[in-house]
Formats: sequence, structure tokens, C-alpha cells
Amino acid sequence: MSRKFETGLWIAQRASAGVLALCVVVHLGTIVYAVRGGLSAAEILGRTRGNSGWLAFYSVFVLAVAIHAPIGLRPVLAEWLAWRGRSREVFALAFALLLWWTGMRAVLTVFG
Amino acid sequence: MKVFVKRGEALQEFEVPRHPSQTVLDVVTYIQRALDPTLAYRFACRVGMCGSCAMTVNGAPRWTCRTHVDRVLKDETLEIGPLRNLPVIRDLVTDMRGFFDKWERAGGHFEGARTRHDDFARVSPASREREAADAGIECIGCGVCYAACDVVSWNPDYLGPAALNRAWTLMSDVRDTQHAQRLRAVAGDAGCHACHTHMSCTERCPKHISPTAGIAGLKRAVAKAAMKGDL
Repeated sequence: MSRKFETGLWIAQRASAGVLALCVVVHLGTIVYAVRGGLSAAEILGRTRGNSGWLAFYSVFVLAVAIHAPIGLRPVLAEWLAWRGRSREVFALAFALLLWWTGMRAVLTVFG
Repeated sequence: MKVFVKRGEALQEFEVPRHPSQTVLDVVTYIQRALDPTLAYRFACRVGMCGSCAMTVNGAPRWTCRTHVDRVLKDETLEIGPLRNLPVIRDLVTDMRGFFDKWERAGGHFEGARTRHDDFARVSPASREREAADAGIECIGCGVCYAACDVVSWNPDYLGPAALNRAWTLMSDVRDTQHAQRLRAVAGDAGCHACHTHMSCTERCPKHISPTAGIAGLKRAVAKAAMKGDL
């Protein structure tokens, strides 16, 4: 079970890292491009509100973060705090849900 | 030069004369033969083949028989201790049993399908598998990589770079019949997935092997097996 679980997590972390590499480049590139001449909050919301493409992109971004970061947190907890076992997995899952929820909340606020 | 030798929790100081081409093993041998015959240390071949003389020298794990004092001396001082991550038996001698038990746990033994009645297996030296095996096959089992690895110190169950490097050379051996079992043995958080690619093992290996590359190969092989449902 452990080997299949760990292998599955490794694959998920690698796959989410690939998605993040692309998302971060697009995210930073868009910021640099968009603020060349200065940008107000109203202008940002004007572009993001009701934009389904923008919503889809950042939903994928948030999902990749919510998958990637908790998997990386697990060995940190094990190696620094000697925290292993079921309680650590529950904590990592809760952390994943927290990241996803707070991320999607921000995305939906800017979209809606 | 001044030489500090770790004996238990204490450091004992010795004054040792310098010589041209002097190795760290020469220094330890001088101390044991001329200054303090109670000093315990381990060596055998003295030429970098047997892997028994590794120690911590000025903070880093090294094979002492092929480490020249000139290369590691700092402020005319040497500090010599036992290898990290292994239980100390006495002075500079560590208990290597746990280290080699992990080779077995990682599926580190060869099992072929041929008998002595069969012809030799023919493996092209230029084949991809043979080149991958060649890259890791010269390991002398000195334990330097194991002592250099932080993951071993954080996770004592971790198989470690040497055992995983051995597993990878066997995964690259086309004659071996235990590939599926070995991948099951090396997968998981005590196996290849625990490696963070710090590359301390690769940095310190006296034979210039890259266990990190082998462990990355194992991760890929395990992922492929998992996707095929063979894990």
C-alpha cells in the first residue's frame, strides 16, 4: 500500500510541477505585460470579471498548487518533526483543501 | 601537524609529522603504531579497492587510503572521526551491518535464469542497459555516500544511496530476472521516493559514481511499473 501510495504521490507531484511550470510563466508574463503602463484595480477587474478563459486558467493553477505543495510538505513534517502515520496524511489533506478553498475563493471573487 | 581524533564523545589531540604524499590512513596508522596502540580503526587493501577505511575527515566523509593530507589539511590541522549515520563500535570503527542489510532489502543480489550448462549471455558494451550498469557498477561499498546523505540521518529506514545504486545496476542488467520484485522493494518512503536529490552522495563518492542518477532511474522505472499495474 505504502509503495503504491508513495508512487502515486510522486507521479502527482511531478505532473503538477509540469503544470505549475507553465502556469507560473504565463502568470508572471501576463503581469509584466499588463502593468507596463500602470494598472488600477478597476482595470484588472474589468478584464477578469466574466472571463471564462481566465477562470479556467487560474482554476487549473490553484488545483496544481493544492496538489503539489501538500505532497512536498509531507517529507518536511516527517524529517523535521518526525511526524508520520495517518494523522500526518489527514493534516496534508486538510492543507490541500485549505489551499484549494482559499485559492478558489480568490479566483471566484475576482471572476464574479 | 595537529590531529584531533574523535574517541567516543571526546577529541584526543596528537602531533603527527608531515611526509610527502602522506595519506590520512598513514596518519591514523602512525598514531596507532607510534603514539597510542589502543586506537581502533579499520582498513585492509590501502589502495582504494576494499572500501573499509572510510572516515569523517575535517567534516566530510572520505576514503582515507586515497585521500592525501595536502588536499584536506586546514590550518595545519586534521580532525578525524567515524562515519556519520552508522553506529560506532569503537573510536573510528563503525558497525556496517545495517548499511549492508539495506542492500539486501533493496533486492541487491543478482538472480539470472541461466545455469552453468548454458552458454554465456552476450551483452553489447555499447547497449543502453550495459552503459547504465557500468555507470554504477564500480561501487566498493565504503559507506561514504551513506554517511554524506542527510535523508539517512532524518529517516533511518531510508535504504540510502549505495543500496539504491546497487538496485539500479541490477535493474540495468538484462540477465537479471528479479526486476518486478526489486521495484516493489525500492518503492516507497523508505526507498527511492525519499531521495530529495541533494546530491551529497554524488559529490562525495570516491569512485565518482552518481547514486542520484540511479535513484532517479529507479523513480522512473517504479512510475512506469505503477502505471502498468505491476507494482
